[in-house]
Amino acid sequence: MCTLEKRGDLFLLTLTGDDEHRFHPDTIASVLSLLEQAKSQSTRGSVLITTAHGKFFSNGFDLAWAQAAGSQTGAVNRMHQMVESFKPVIAALFDLPMPTIAALNGHAAASGLMFALSHDYVFMRNDRGVLYMSEVDLGLPLPDYFAAMFAAKIGTGIARRELLLSGKKIKGEEAVALGIVDSAAHDSVEGVVEATVSLGESLAAKKWNGEVYASIRKSLYPGLCAMLSLTAKIAASP
Amino acid sequence: MCTLEKLDRLFLLKLTGDGEHRLNPTLLDNLRSAITQIRSDPSSSQSVLITTSDGKFFSNGYDLALAASDPPLRAVMAAKLRSLVADLISLPMPTIAAVTGHASAAGFLLAMSHDYILMRRDRGFLYMSELDIELVLPAWFVAMIRMKVASPAARRDVALTAGKITADRGLEMGIVDSRHGSAAETVEAAVKLGEEIVRRGADGHVYGRMRETLLREVLHAIGSNESASNGVRNSGSKL
Repeated sequence: MCTLEKRGDLFLLTLTGDDEHRFHPDTIASVLSLLEQAKSQSTRGSVLITTAHGKFFSNGFDLAWAQAAGSQTGAVNRMHQMVESFKPVIAALFDLPMPTIAALNGHAAASGLMFALSHDYVFMRNDRGVLYMSEVDLGLPLPDYFAAMFAAKIGTGIARRELLLSGKKIKGEEAVALGIVDSAAHDSVEGVVEATVSLGESLAAKKWNGEVYASIRKSLYPGLCAMLSLTAKIAASP
Repeated sequence: MCTLEKLDRLFLLKLTGDGEHRLNPTLLDNLRSAITQIRSDPSSSQSVLITTSDGKFFSNGYDLALAASDPPLRAVMAAKLRSLVADLISLPMPTIAAVTGHASAAGFLLAMSHDYILMRRDRGFLYMSELDIELVLPAWFVAMIRMKVASPAARRDVALTAGKITADRGLEMGIVDSRHGSAAETVEAAVKLGEEIVRRGADGHVYGRMRETLLREVLHAIGSNESASNGVRNSGSKL
């Protein structure tokens, strides 16, 4: 399902297998556990890179599992359960005491895109993979913390409209132009991973204090962090 | 420490001397007196303020060495800078920072507290150094960054990379309004811009109030910091 490796200063979190890496209560729990592990093992200069195998980074929540509840109410409850249990994953990324980089091997949709955007840096492929907020097409409402994420991480009204209201599948070049991702320069998954490792190593070389890094990161997104019940450690200091 | 000149309708505030222009209590007091003097000038609502400096530094931030030797001064400097910035935000005239040297941390904030940043491109950088020196950013610093640095990626670059931002990069990031070949050219361009603005003849009082509205989040954060640091130890209050 997912693994955590250490390569020097870099933690590599990988969603394994050739499937859609949908977020389901079990995968959510596994990812959360690995993030907690990374946090507990973090030192000065630690960096997290998150990637996945196959065609998908993550295609969002496991809607089939929700439908399998057998009733409308059951499905709604299961959706609600996933939305609520996913929040701590996002919180864990914002709280992580090290720089974080998402290396998108493929498509990132809905909560899969949220997962990507929760990283400090997002790199995607030029040749393959799209970003897609499917909610408008599926008739699903946007959870409040999803909306807060887009307000926090996506700077222009145009980009927010394209992502949230148009049902558009956004490829690498456009994603960079809209300011949604940092880079879409590579035509292969190896290229993307190599680029993120390179960035990771240059950030690691700074040997920053992870707690300070996380504190500054959280202070950049006050609205979203309040919603995730994350408070920056020190509010008043010179 | 600082001098205040009048150049026709423009006020030129200069941090003097070849040092780092660290924002110690004395310099902060001098800067605030200069601002008070500007305010009380009868022509102030038809003027422009240009702030610049001598030497290699615009300002290298708080006097951390002083704070290390006398810890209560840390809070004193922070309070004085907050007051100065609140003064600049409410100033009834447009303000231009002619950045002719390095501006770090609180010094970078001082530059950002102006409506325009003109910067030399041959030397000098803007540098949010806190991450490198293990300091967190006060909420009002972040509020200013959010107001003055438009894209989330650029804000992340400012706060989370401790990068040394040259005028060229600053222009790309939307922090710097224009870049110029040398210190002298930067000041000259600031004077030219100031004269252009004065010619437009807008009412400084209205301008100041509009700026306060535009930057109300920064003023609010400054205000919250005031109440937070009045004798109450802060740990984990929500931002």
